[in-house]
Amino acid sequence: MTASPKIPLLEARDLVVNFYTRGGVVQASRGVSFQVDYGQTLGIVGESGSGKSVAVQAVMGLIFTPGHIEGGDILFKGRSLLDPAGRKFVRQVRGKEIAMIFQDPMTSLNPVFTIGTQITEVLRHHMGMTKDQARHRAMGLLDMVDINAPEKRLKQYPHEMSGGMRQRVMIAMALACEPRLIIADEPTTALDVTIQAQILELLADLQQRLNVSVILITHDLGVVAQLCHRVAVMYAGRIVEVGDADQVFAAPVHPYTQGLIRATPRLDVVTERMVSIDGVPPDLISPPKGCAFFPRCDQAKKACSRMQALVELGDDRHVSCWCAAKENVR
Amino acid sequence: MGRFIYRRLVHGLVVILGVTVIVFVVTRMVGDPVQVMLPLESTPEQRAAFEQKLGLDRPIPIQFVEFMGNLVRLDFGESLWQKRPAMDIVFEKLPMTILLTAVGIGFACVMAIPLGIIAALRPGGVVDRVTVFGSLLGLSVPQFWLGLLFIVVFAVQFKILPTSGTGTPAHILLPALTMGLPTLARLVMLVRSSMIDELNRQYVKTSFAKGLPFVRVVGLHALRNAGLPIMTLVGWEVIRSLAGYSVVVETVFAWPGIGLTAIQAIEREDLILIQAIVFTAAVCVVLINIAMDFLYKLIDPRLKLA
Repeated sequence: MTASPKIPLLEARDLVVNFYTRGGVVQASRGVSFQVDYGQTLGIVGESGSGKSVAVQAVMGLIFTPGHIEGGDILFKGRSLLDPAGRKFVRQVRGKEIAMIFQDPMTSLNPVFTIGTQITEVLRHHMGMTKDQARHRAMGLLDMVDINAPEKRLKQYPHEMSGGMRQRVMIAMALACEPRLIIADEPTTALDVTIQAQILELLADLQQRLNVSVILITHDLGVVAQLCHRVAVMYAGRIVEVGDADQVFAAPVHPYTQGLIRATPRLDVVTERMVSIDGVPPDLISPPKGCAFFPRCDQAKKACSRMQALVELGDDRHVSCWCAAKENVR
Repeated sequence: MGRFIYRRLVHGLVVILGVTVIVFVVTRMVGDPVQVMLPLESTPEQRAAFEQKLGLDRPIPIQFVEFMGNLVRLDFGESLWQKRPAMDIVFEKLPMTILLTAVGIGFACVMAIPLGIIAALRPGGVVDRVTVFGSLLGLSVPQFWLGLLFIVVFAVQFKILPTSGTGTPAHILLPALTMGLPTLARLVMLVRSSMIDELNRQYVKTSFAKGLPFVRVVGLHALRNAGLPIMTLVGWEVIRSLAGYSVVVETVFAWPGIGLTAIQAIEREDLILIQAIVFTAAVCVVLINIAMDFLYKLIDPRLKLA
């Protein structure tokens, strides 16, 4: 590790992303900050529409019109990915040092090119490999993600493979240039349960073997508990609680995190019916001024409707809730 | 693959046979070539002799058998109008039409694909609006009128291009433009809409996330996926040009191709020549269709040749 321990591998600072739709400006990301250290796995959880994907798509430069990154910064190894002056750096980083795995493997691969073409083009573009070198490396990559007969597979098209197999190909493609960071945006949501476990196991195994950092987006808290060192909980375009995964699960502070954990079905606890959080997430075209969770919160105080709290709990743990402020600080 | 070719060829033969039969029947129903060919004052004996020479006096089924027999040898007989083998005329005129079509459709493709892509990159942007407006205009203008307009403007008013006929490379410009513009209008709309669809697909995001250059993502990954509908339309336009637009365009510009010849043959009730032309057109259509099926398979591996 060349960088000093003070500089994280990836850092997002106050990221603001808006989408200019016909219905109004959707504030998908309202000041999101997080960081990922070398070799660390960060889980980002939250319900659909909470801005998880938007935050990481900003990292990958995948925000297209009508979306715009309006504020904040993203630093990779201490250098900005949003600074127009650093375009060359960005081109070297995206796809090479940061790679991404998407939610739906059925549509994420180009249907009219062979698996081989799609893996080797990354290698040839970023690593300047010749056709033969790239093909050789691609076979090694397929082997790494436990795909048998790699030589045959390289000549196949996506439609000749199952969903789980395609996701393995996506992972192989992400690993191609030995990235420092892999962003996995709900990598198992579209897969069968048994395949989900296999893919997650593979990801965890590769993460440890290659010592690569991972951002894992999911709404499965069980997955986070199993794989992630740190966890960030997102709600309505903001991170409401972030900290060490074990600590957060043992003692969630934000009422939303508490609700999420309560709502997770458990085998060891008998419940009459599924627990849920009442209400719906706020409309991000006109989000509430204070805490976005305020209308659904069972511990709401007067201050909640006016201003969002930002509380540091130590151990690099942050919570944006006035409850935490009352109990632990001041 | 071999089976595919075999099946398509058999299929094509059936189509050609069907077209030929229809032409055979129709040409014998609608007109009497003897009346057209011989002077008004000719005697019944002369008419009978001429009929006999053409074989028109024999029963229709026998005529048909003979017709089919000759067809196998590509022998349609002598053109009544030009007094030489009909197929010779066709082979002489066809290259001119193919040339015109190639230049016209080629021009349309070269313009439509980049324009459609640029328009699709920013739907609702300036380029997009101008393109859509322009192609609507191109779609609404009748082709013969467009040709006349070009003649009036470029040949009569500015005198920079010849009005009609052949000879120099400049002669082909106006007819090819007239041939290509409506095609360009249709094609650009299709390229645009197909590309808008493809650019919104997930694999495009994957390609960008892989850090691939913009040109590669749009011009290779997305365009190849959009290629299927585009190619379908191009094939259709080629067919229409060879066996449809050429009649209009060649007539306006006196371009000595198969379309103009067809009109002249119809005017003279030269049923031999008409048969030869229609047969040739049918063969072209069938061949282009088979070629299209091959190209489909080439750009989209998901398709099975069947």
